[in-house]
Amino acid sequence: MEGRLQLRYLTNHLMMGLVTACAVVCAVALLIILTYVIIRGLPALNIDFFTQRPLPYGEAGGGVAPAILGSLAMIGVAAFMGVPIGIGTAIYLSEFGRGRFALIVRFTVDLVAGMPSIVVGVFVWALLVRHVVGNYNGLAGSVALAIIMIPIVTRTVEEVLRLVPDMLREASLALGIPKWRTILGVVVPTARSGVVTGVILSMARAGGETAPLLLTSLGNQFFSFDFFRPMAALPVQIYNYAVAPYEDWHTKAWGSALVLILVISILSFVTRWVTRGALTER
Amino acid sequence: MELEREGSATVTLGTKEPKSRLTDVTVSMPQETKADMGEAQGGLEVINLSAWYGSFRAIHDISLSIPARAVTAIIGPSGCGKSTLVRCINRMHEVAPAAWVEGKVLLDGEDVYAPAADPVQVRRHIGMVFQKPNPFPMMSVYDNVVAGLKLEGVRNKAVLDEVAESCLRRAALWDEVKDKLSASGTALSGGQQQRLCIARALAVKPEAILMDEPCSALDPIATLAIEDLIRELSQNYTIVIVTHNMQQAARVSDMTGFLMMAQDRAGVLVEWGETHKLFTNPSDKRTEDYITGRFG
Repeated sequence: MEGRLQLRYLTNHLMMGLVTACAVVCAVALLIILTYVIIRGLPALNIDFFTQRPLPYGEAGGGVAPAILGSLAMIGVAAFMGVPIGIGTAIYLSEFGRGRFALIVRFTVDLVAGMPSIVVGVFVWALLVRHVVGNYNGLAGSVALAIIMIPIVTRTVEEVLRLVPDMLREASLALGIPKWRTILGVVVPTARSGVVTGVILSMARAGGETAPLLLTSLGNQFFSFDFFRPMAALPVQIYNYAVAPYEDWHTKAWGSALVLILVISILSFVTRWVTRGALTER
Repeated sequence: MELEREGSATVTLGTKEPKSRLTDVTVSMPQETKADMGEAQGGLEVINLSAWYGSFRAIHDISLSIPARAVTAIIGPSGCGKSTLVRCINRMHEVAPAAWVEGKVLLDGEDVYAPAADPVQVRRHIGMVFQKPNPFPMMSVYDNVVAGLKLEGVRNKAVLDEVAESCLRRAALWDEVKDKLSASGTALSGGQQQRLCIARALAVKPEAILMDEPCSALDPIATLAIEDLIRELSQNYTIVIVTHNMQQAARVSDMTGFLMMAQDRAGVLVEWGETHKLFTNPSDKRTEDYITGRFG
């Protein structure tokens, strides 16, 4: 008996140690990446970096302002297109979706979620760059990002809507509130923080996409808000700086990476703040 | 059988006199609705009602006449269809997938299952309180009470304030929550939450309120408070309370119906009558066995 108890304690400690080790590895990996990006990128940061356009090699200074604004603009337009569609699909799937059609929709959403982003890029390139517009353009970039965002929004939002207890839907219906108002007035607000998380996740993912943007918005060294012309974006800027043979540009690539992390963090924070509830959680 | 789904009711105004309450498509302010109704009493008549979940028949051919402005208790062992019966009365039964109903339920003589009747309107006239207190967690106490009005677009602050206070007073909750109206509804105790749900149901001015085991999640003190409240409310509202607690039925109700499962597991009404008589001198042997604790 004594021996078995010892063994059980040992197993317990061993497993505890194992999962703790996993958590530590995970946290450390993230911290190392973050620290490294900060160490390498910080020297590139100054006021000019946030306010100036990129300069050709050999000229000192310059910044990535067009890329910051371009990224924000394209993410914004992509969110404007993708988030409503994603949330709408999620509402359909969680509140109405029964039977074969819902099954097909769910399967398709999973398929698109698992699709390599370059494939989305190629498709949008063939459609919007080669045909409809005729040249590389920011709108095509936004469409590609929206296609990437939709399945992320749909799946996360569907999950959180399903977590809303049925008794709240019933409580609302029993008050004589029509189903559509019940969904918009009770179900979605109850799941609000989860919905916002889904939206933020999708924006963060879209903000970091490089491959589809190389094929669609191409990148731009100048300030441009014409969605029918090439538009700058941070991931593309990072790529261009990183593949160049110049030491100075490599530092700028790290700096741009740090800026991208900052931009996405700020975007997440602002989204959370704007959609915060009137009620403070207990 | 084809069910009228929500929103499918259409009505041509002015063709029917007096105007039906259950088919009103435009939602008027509850005050006006009340005025429209004239001598609304809230008496309910259940006629040959059967309900199914898919192919499973949950209740079988139940008929009973629920008096207005009194408390009617529905008792019976677990699974005998008590909840299904009350959920049929305000058309909440059909919210479940594949659920359907046969028979009639008359509210002051008007069939809530008539082809033109709108379930949304039916539920405005016949409110419901559930087993587990279910205030909306993202809303304050105040917003919970006026949720039914606010979600239907009533924005007038004075109206909402008035409704919130009067309903909380009628639910005997005002004194306890008047200082924390902006706190979350889920921050209250279980008993307070249930009274909040009652206040919320009162706010849309129903004539009848269905209560599906409203005290089963509450402690004895909170239960007592709700029972007092039920007695109080029955002066102005028709109350139907489902309970598996026979003492509770005996304490609060004027009329009692006893449901039991038949051979095919569908619930049937075994006995129906005044509470006093049903508990002291039941006419059916099965009722006597149940209330004396021989089974169930």
